[in-house]
Amino acid sequence: MPFGSRKCQGMIRVIRSARTQGEERGVIQRECAAIRAQFRQADNGGRSHNLAKLLYVHMLGYPAHFGQMECVRLIASPRYNEKRVGYLGAMMLLDENQDASLLITNSIKNDLAHSSQYVQSLALCTLACMGSAEMCRDLAPEIDRLLRASSSYIKKKATLCAVHIVRKVPELGELFTPAARALLAEKNHGVLHGAVILITELCERNAQTLVQFREAVPELVHIMRGLVTSGYSPEHTVAGISDPFLQVRILRLLRILGRNNDTASDAMNDLLAQVATNTDSSKTAGSAVLYETVLTVMDIKSESGLRVLAVNILGRFLLNNDRNIRYISMTSLQKIVSTDHNAVQRHRGTIVDCLKDQDASVKRRALELSLALVSAINIRSMMKELLLFLSTCPPELKSHAASGIFNAAERYSPSQRWHIDTILHVLITAGADVRDETVPNLIQLITNASQLHCYTVHKLYRALVADISQQPLVQVACWCIGEYGDSLLQGDCEETEPIQVTEDDILDALETVLQSHMSSPATRGFALTATMKLSTREQGTINLIRKSYHLSIYGSCMDVELQQRAVEYNALFKKYDHMRAAVLEKMPVMDRSSMGQTNGESGGGGVQELEPTKPKQPEMMVAPQPASQVGGGEGGGGHGF
Amino acid sequence: MHFLLLFSRQGRLRLQKWFTPTPEREKKKIIRDMTAMVLARKPKTCNFLHWMDLKVVYKRYASLFFCLAIDDQENELLALEILHRYVELLDKYFGNVCELDIIFNFEKAYFILDEFLIGGEVQETSKQTVARCIEASDMLQEVNVFNVLSTLACC
Repeated sequence: MPFGSRKCQGMIRVIRSARTQGEERGVIQRECAAIRAQFRQADNGGRSHNLAKLLYVHMLGYPAHFGQMECVRLIASPRYNEKRVGYLGAMMLLDENQDASLLITNSIKNDLAHSSQYVQSLALCTLACMGSAEMCRDLAPEIDRLLRASSSYIKKKATLCAVHIVRKVPELGELFTPAARALLAEKNHGVLHGAVILITELCERNAQTLVQFREAVPELVHIMRGLVTSGYSPEHTVAGISDPFLQVRILRLLRILGRNNDTASDAMNDLLAQVATNTDSSKTAGSAVLYETVLTVMDIKSESGLRVLAVNILGRFLLNNDRNIRYISMTSLQKIVSTDHNAVQRHRGTIVDCLKDQDASVKRRALELSLALVSAINIRSMMKELLLFLSTCPPELKSHAASGIFNAAERYSPSQRWHIDTILHVLITAGADVRDETVPNLIQLITNASQLHCYTVHKLYRALVADISQQPLVQVACWCIGEYGDSLLQGDCEETEPIQVTEDDILDALETVLQSHMSSPATRGFALTATMKLSTREQGTINLIRKSYHLSIYGSCMDVELQQRAVEYNALFKKYDHMRAAVLEKMPVMDRSSMGQTNGESGGGGVQELEPTKPKQPEMMVAPQPASQVGGGEGGGGHGF
Repeated sequence: MHFLLLFSRQGRLRLQKWFTPTPEREKKKIIRDMTAMVLARKPKTCNFLHWMDLKVVYKRYASLFFCLAIDDQENELLALEILHRYVELLDKYFGNVCELDIIFNFEKAYFILDEFLIGGEVQETSKQTVARCIEASDMLQEVNVFNVLSTLACC
């Protein structure tokens, strides 16, 4: 068995024995110098070996552009072994952007007409690999000639060469259309396969050609039927499937021809049903064919029975042991979930089970699909699964899962309390991964559920005491405690267990937040303001003093935002104490539309103006406040005070 | 298909075939990205990845990773079959092929690939036909070399 050139192998051995990168570089520099010298010499019988050496060096990542002209020379050689390496070099070193590539056009032209089909083959392969638009234009007539009259060996290569030409110069498609049509009558699988690809390219680029080739649907159906019903063939059978490569390409062409066209779709309906039912999917080859069939059925105007059959195939794929098949099943279901929602819903159980799959890609797909399948009917059970998923999912999926859950909850929540519970659950499980606007959105939701204020503040207080590391949760909790602290002190709440909370407890909790290194400056801002608000909700004077102690510490805080607040609040205690109650009144219910975007201008209802104002001023929240005003405009972050 | 790459577990490139014109610098970057991504995959994950707007299908055979980048339209399962077919062809040619065969006979690996794929598409779906054509080309090469040697000997 003739293998590679000994000389080249010798060099490879030397390079591989280099122990360091530096040593390797040295060896290669020496070799390249020798090769360059050899290139300059006259023909010495070793030219192909030298180019081969250079190509190896190129693959290691070293520059090899000085070999380009040698490729051109070798391609023009009459010797087959030199041509072979020359063309290989051309495919590796020359692409259409190199000037030298044009120089081989003439050689290719000559070789296309060579007496040896193996030489013709080299030329065809190279043209299809790196032929520029100009070269393609130049050589297209030659290719067309070869498409019509040559051996199967050449025809199949010429066909794919034509495919390349059409991709580079679409207008030349017209030239190849007649030959392409005739090629469908070929028996040779290689040629037929190439012909189907060529027709696919032509139809994708030209609407008229597409209409023309619709007439070929019966012929394609016939060929396909032959493949499906034929017995074992040693040449073409793969795992019990007759030429899966050809079957898949025909199915893809049928898809393009049947799209948006009832007649064509009807003509292929029975065949698709036959393939879908008879193809054995125990190995990848069969699954590939079934997969392509499903894609075709879903894309053309197929009967509803056939569509259901296709979706059921995908459902069966979901249960397959092979994770590749599970994965593509889900990507396909994702594509059709909006158009065939009910059919996909039938497989919801299996999809939800895939949330527990080991494979991260499968998990991701299952998450996308599950979110797409959430509806008003299944929201409760789906949410249970999704929340369970959230607590165990890989970190890179947490953020996406959290947003998906929020969206679903917003669209379909059966009750306000359920909605709030769900959001709280997400904040507790994955608080670090939720988006910024979650906090103002949740606050807005809470203010709107006025009968649940007592319940909400109790739950949030409990969560806060348990864990202050999740910033969004802490922020919302502080805000609620500030607003509804009086409900908390009252102790009993009908929807949740009673809890004894004193003013000191609340202040302790807020103080812990203020002092913790885990709290961000924004969170501290929330806690400070909450402390302030509590001064109007509670009656004890001792605690007032405590609160001013906190505030004076923050009066010299490094963070400008906190410092500003602390100073202003202090001022509220001292100079403007008579206004304090009015300024820190309970917030009015926020209207979604008046909240505006997530920017600080929407916050600070009461604190922004120091003169007593009318109680309900939703529009004040969006009015931009200049920073120089004593109330101060809030920075970004949408703190809904 | 956009490109086919073969690389070892240490990330050394053993074969590269590009089906679309790509600047040299970008090729290097793609090779780096692909190698990093594929080598980082855990053993029991599926063989498909997303990269830019392409689907990447990869499979490990012994010490080599075979990596194929396909369009969104193309069939991933069939891409796996294509990789498998190429491995089978190499195996038939070299007899129990291993990485060293591909290192020391890389031109042959390319010649075999060029009888199986052209312009990013499968050109021959029969294993036997591809094998026969490679054999015939090799014979032609041998004859050529013999002729050259004999002419040189005569001088």
